[in-house]
Amino acid sequence: MVATRLTRPLTGALLAALALTACSAGSTSDPDDGDGTGPTASTTEEALVAGLVAEPASLDFTTDTANAAVPQVLLVNIYEGLVKLGQDGEIEPALASSWDVSDDNLTYTFDLVEGAMFSNGAEMTADDVVFSIERVQNDWTGLLAAAMDVVASVEATSPTQVVVTLSQPSNNWLYNMTTRIGAVFSQTGIDDLASTPVGTGPYLLEEWNRGDSIVLSRRDDYWGEPPYFSEITLRYFDDGTALNNALITETIDVIATVQAPEALAQFEGDEAFQIIEGTTNGEVLLSFNHRQPALQDVRVRQAIRHAIDKEALVATCWAGYGDLIGSHVPPTDPWYEDLAGVAPYDPDQARALLETAGVSDLTLRLRLPTLPYATSCGQVVASQLEEVGITVEQDTLEFPAQWVTEVFADTRDYDMSIVAHVEPRDIPALFGNPDYYLGYDSPVVQGLLAEADAGTPEEQTAAMQEIARILSEEAAADWLFLLPNLIVAEADITGLPENAIGEAFDLTLLARS
Amino acid sequence: MLLRVLERVGVLVASLVVSSVLVFAFLAALPGDPARIALGVNATEESVAALRADFGLDRSLPVQYLDWAGGMLTGDPGVSYVSRAEIGPQLADRLQVTLWLVATATVIAVVFALPAGMVMAVRHRRLSGLLLAGISQIGVAVPAFLAGILLVTVFAVQLRWLPANGWTPPIEDPVMFVKQLALPSLSLGLVQGAVLTRYVRSAVLDVLREDFLRTARSKGLTPYRALSRHGLRNAMVPVLTVIGLQLATLLVGAVVVERVFVIPGLGSLLLDGVANRDLLLVQAVVMVLVVAVLLVNFLVDVLYVVVDPRLRRA
Repeated sequence: MVATRLTRPLTGALLAALALTACSAGSTSDPDDGDGTGPTASTTEEALVAGLVAEPASLDFTTDTANAAVPQVLLVNIYEGLVKLGQDGEIEPALASSWDVSDDNLTYTFDLVEGAMFSNGAEMTADDVVFSIERVQNDWTGLLAAAMDVVASVEATSPTQVVVTLSQPSNNWLYNMTTRIGAVFSQTGIDDLASTPVGTGPYLLEEWNRGDSIVLSRRDDYWGEPPYFSEITLRYFDDGTALNNALITETIDVIATVQAPEALAQFEGDEAFQIIEGTTNGEVLLSFNHRQPALQDVRVRQAIRHAIDKEALVATCWAGYGDLIGSHVPPTDPWYEDLAGVAPYDPDQARALLETAGVSDLTLRLRLPTLPYATSCGQVVASQLEEVGITVEQDTLEFPAQWVTEVFADTRDYDMSIVAHVEPRDIPALFGNPDYYLGYDSPVVQGLLAEADAGTPEEQTAAMQEIARILSEEAAADWLFLLPNLIVAEADITGLPENAIGEAFDLTLLARS
Repeated sequence: MLLRVLERVGVLVASLVVSSVLVFAFLAALPGDPARIALGVNATEESVAALRADFGLDRSLPVQYLDWAGGMLTGDPGVSYVSRAEIGPQLADRLQVTLWLVATATVIAVVFALPAGMVMAVRHRRLSGLLLAGISQIGVAVPAFLAGILLVTVFAVQLRWLPANGWTPPIEDPVMFVKQLALPSLSLGLVQGAVLTRYVRSAVLDVLREDFLRTARSKGLTPYRALSRHGLRNAMVPVLTVIGLQLATLLVGAVVVERVFVIPGLGSLLLDGVANRDLLLVQAVVMVLVVAVLLVNFLVDVLYVVVDPRLRRA
């Protein structure tokens, strides 16, 4: 999500992945159990202006064209789902005050909150939930909707109770319900989704000045705890410097996603501002095309991983911000392990591996999309591979059209590329599907993925940890770094998310101290 | 004279037809299916096919062209592939913003260039004239967006006198409107003014060498009085032409300056269209810019004929 501008067209390419441990069989959750999700202390008539990048072209996220900027604004703030993703990655109650899961993990019974109203005045009932889930299956376009395929039936057993039956146990499904596909729509409020969103959330769309800003105003009839700010303006900037200047000159109060990390220095040490540095789901991948004979040898792939000094690379191409992860798991996932040590920087080891593989004068093509981080990281990767004797032929392909045609979708005529994969829990999409552009085909990993989706939370975590380790040891790709979540704000603003882990930028927690 | 004007009208219509074909053909020749491009990486084959049918992209190119050109003529550029919003009202909104910017910048350029150019011409052998010429030479060399960045750094970030960026419609808050318009129109206007100064200078210099001005001087008029009485009207003919040409440059320069100052004008609409892969929107904005440039040139041509009696004969 944080990487909206960098990887926008990829967003949603990857069906969200394995699910979370939060909801074990038969567990219930309650909004009042006080586990740190408490809303803001008070409400005010104050207004807030936040600066973002990548203005949505349409506010309808049920279609293909919706990029990550749409749920970023709308989810949680205007639309709510049955469940939402908490700051610690736990699945938390939203429109469902609690839920039960049957022993066979196939039947989910949701009890809905009472008194939730849509912004068009209609009351939210179980029928709206059924309507929304069935609409994803029948009317949504785009690959994301496939996450709802596992639902066999959905039924309103009372005005405040919904029963969902799955065709097979799936940990992923409830996790996916925290994303845009879980949003509950009004049966009478979908006539103009592109510019008039109707949801149950604490804010409603006050005004949309295309090309400039979106204004949200707080609803008086919100069913839950009302948020602190009465009005929030989201201003969109194409230019990272203009965004920084707007904060310096107090035109805006928050930079929600810093686009030029090298410019952060001007805010450091200034008491008027706070800098938040957390993590995202955006793994910057040096991809290997497993269809190329030269890259089918695991020793060659391992040699490439050993040849690249990740720390020097991050310092050069992302101003030193960003974690080194070593596999395809961000620290916010429950099965995270620090695997950066699996393939440390060791050019001698790299040369030795190439020698045992019997490879000399290897030439690889590095085909980069025209994205700032990709082209700058590409230089570093190329020069470090040259050090260990691999010849790198670099070229750049216009992003998205040309890169998608030649690397991602059609011809797949590449050896290596660099792109950030920003979707949460996207291992199944990347490494579980041999038809994906990576062409990684491991029956072991595919079997473990199926186990993880169907198993208990403990089994899921164990399986996912094993997968992450296999991916790293087999050098299924190289993970250059994890895109950081960088926020700069006026010092007295509280409630800013440290880590960007879900699809929404949760404005309801923001306040001024 | 009427014949001359009609001739210009003919040239305008022909240019419009040719340029519309070019704009359409250029975007049609871009690699990739516009529906696929608009829908992005994740689109399913069905939704691409549906979009192609919805927007008539499955028809032959000449048919699509005639449909589009007809729509543009009647003021209906169609519906965006991406946002499914009418393009017409967006164009009208954004055009107003850009016109404010271009108009203010033109006024600034003229107000700056006329006196400066005249002083430079009259004092072209003195230090003050050379100094002014040097300053304007720097102005010519600096692109508008760089001037914008410099102005923001000095007047917004350092001195905090003016907002760094943004746009407020004049009816909503006139004071804020002026404050926010100041830096972008200055950065466009000063650069164009510097260019214009050079033309004013050389036009005035030419006039100063004319016999009739020497006669005026010998009657005892000061250089400035001789110039304003007898020379200015003659010098204005080439200057007017240049102002017309600069209007076209300003429209294009505004595209970049709007980005620096986060102003929702035609330029940002164009760039957003490109970023969202909204080809129909891009096509419409480019066509509006082309039409504006052609219209300005046409008006300058006609003004020529009106102003310069020599062109009416022959």
